[in-house]
Amino acid sequence: MAVSVDEAVSPGPVRDRRPPRRRSGGRGRVVIEVAVLAVLAAVMLFPVLWMIETSIKENRDVYAIPAKFFDFTVTLDHFKDVFVDSGGGPTTLSGSFLNSVIVAGVSTVLATVLGVPAAWAYSRFSVKAKKDQLFFILSTRFMPPVVVVIPIFLMYRQVGLFDTKLGLILIYTAFNVPFTIWMMKGFVDEVPAEYEDAAMLDGYTRLQAFWKFTLPLLLPGIAATAVFALIFSWNEFVFAIFLTSSDAVRTAPPAIAGLIGGTTVDWGLVAAASIVFALPVLVFSYLVRKHLVAGVTLGAVRR
Amino acid sequence: MAGIEVTTLHKRYPDGTVAVEHVDLSIGDGELFVMLGPSGCGKTTTLRAIAGLERQTSGDIRIGDTLVNDLPPAERDIAMVFQFYALYPHLRTRDNLAFPLRAEGLPKAEVEERVAEAARLMRLGPLLDRRPHRLSGGEQQRVALARALVRRPRAFLMDEPLTNLDAELRADMRTEIKHLQGELGTTMVYVTHDQVEAMSLGHRIAILNKGRVEQIGTPLEVYDRPASLFCAAFIGSPPMNLIEVELADGKLRSKSGLALTPPPNLPLDRSLIAGVRPEALEVTEPGADGSVPGRVVSAEWLGDEIIYVVDHGDQRDVRVRMPLNVRFAADAPVGLRHTGGPPPVYDANTEELVA
Ligand SMILES: Nc1ncnc2c1ncn2[C@@H]1O[C@H](COP(=O)(O)OP(=O)(O)OP(=O)(O)O)[C@@H](O)[C@H]1O
Ligand SMILES: [Mg+2]
Repeated sequence: MAVSVDEAVSPGPVRDRRPPRRRSGGRGRVVIEVAVLAVLAAVMLFPVLWMIETSIKENRDVYAIPAKFFDFTVTLDHFKDVFVDSGGGPTTLSGSFLNSVIVAGVSTVLATVLGVPAAWAYSRFSVKAKKDQLFFILSTRFMPPVVVVIPIFLMYRQVGLFDTKLGLILIYTAFNVPFTIWMMKGFVDEVPAEYEDAAMLDGYTRLQAFWKFTLPLLLPGIAATAVFALIFSWNEFVFAIFLTSSDAVRTAPPAIAGLIGGTTVDWGLVAAASIVFALPVLVFSYLVRKHLVAGVTLGAVRR
Repeated sequence: MAGIEVTTLHKRYPDGTVAVEHVDLSIGDGELFVMLGPSGCGKTTTLRAIAGLERQTSGDIRIGDTLVNDLPPAERDIAMVFQFYALYPHLRTRDNLAFPLRAEGLPKAEVEERVAEAARLMRLGPLLDRRPHRLSGGEQQRVALARALVRRPRAFLMDEPLTNLDAELRADMRTEIKHLQGELGTTMVYVTHDQVEAMSLGHRIAILNKGRVEQIGTPLEVYDRPASLFCAAFIGSPPMNLIEVELADGKLRSKSGLALTPPPNLPLDRSLIAGVRPEALEVTEPGADGSVPGRVVSAEWLGDEIIYVVDHGDQRDVRVRMPLNVRFAADAPVGLRHTGGPPPVYDANTEELVA
């Protein structure tokens, strides 16, 4: 039937399908479940909470022993310090955030622009040794970045890409294209080829048919894929620290890590910078949460 | 409007599957031509080659006087209705219909006029502002047909357009399609694996098997004289009884002694198989005039008739169609005789019709 991809892959109501009889199996059990989950949540969330607290504490409260949980004065100075230095100008850290935005943004756009048409082609056309090609593409993701970083470092130094944003953008794009192709191929497979056939008979060329009919149906999938790519590029640490050396190029992850390790560590600044760093990812994930679930469960959901 | 000429069509997919071995079709201008065959025989592939959605490996396709081998689908001026209707999900019915016209760049007023006309023909008035997912299967089907006909193409191609409908709706739509085609006079190639659909719709039917044309003929010809054993076993429900026969004393006789009137010009030098329709046989009281003894193996009541399966001492049991007023119990001893005219006779080796 004619359903949009959005509907086709939406996980549907995620309600508990157990019959009510079993669910109400004893109040005691519910209490235990809630207690266990609460403890787990506390353990998992404590570092995050502590990070938030540290970011709004004054320095002497940060180091206070015994630790202060509630009775401290709230300050936003650390957040100010992230962006504005003592002289009133922008900090190097704020420069790093800007670098991260540029590198992650551009590499995601590139990966999407390259990967989506490729996924479409792999889904629609009979390509020689298609399976082998797809496997090869996937295999480039088998190795963790740290394995290839040394050779890439050497190559980059030769061709002048070392310590450039372009270098980081290229390597992130290279890492995200295979992922985009694989993920988007699943989404394209879900869109019946007949739409394009019909459009071609209606007078459009194949590319127009793709552009006008398939692409709009793919948008949710593209959004989900792009967010995954964005998160990868945003969080990436190993390449970022090996392939950059100057503050002008350095992205946020190595820059934040660089705050730790001097003779004194300004933990308040580290915490505030980490929160600023984590926020975009949280916001994006929240915006596309429905499609993220769809993307993750792709293949498990059938029409 | 135009006829369609397909010559020595051959299609081999890149993975090596030969979907169409050799197909020749000559479809007349204004004809409703049905391609019938079992699953996987290459019907869809042939249709898609005609539409230009699939490039044939070899062979020529002409629409009207134009050789269209190298024309993209958009330039062939044909409309296709898919089994899965392929209505654009993000467009309302109205826009689904208007889309092909806008692609042609027709002026707005004409687009509206044509959409209105197609909507009237297919009775879509109240559905014009809905999107496909709010239409029932039958309604989607009507929209798909309307979308095919707004463009007034030179030919319609239909790939099992009724498969997803329930039986009753399917019969209605069948009538509607036939009526519409007659009204518009547009050439239509209709693909189905449902012989009832083929029989009731087609001016002519092509029976395909394993990528080859087994027979082309009117529904009557195809029913009365199947061109091969494959067709004989495919058409009719139940299909023909295929009975091994020999010519003796001016009659065709089966091993059990069942006598059939032989057709003229029968070649004598080969083993023969006669194709006998279930309605050309009769179950009688045992010992009736001209009958061979047999036994009822089973009886199927189909409402207005009964199909008897009769063992008459031959390798294969035969099926006999009888009216309801004649009843025999299972296992009852009966007589079996042939009542029809000369049956088609096939060569057992080549499986072709010989007389
Ligand atoms: N894209 C393709 N690649 C490879 N083989 C294919 C492709 N499409 C169809 N085939 C094969 O070609 C043969 C004919 O397919 P086709 O779709 O034309 O059959 P059909 O007669 O339409 O069958 P059905 O009644 O099931 O729709 C089948 O064996 C099928 O598996
Ligand atoms: Mg088919």
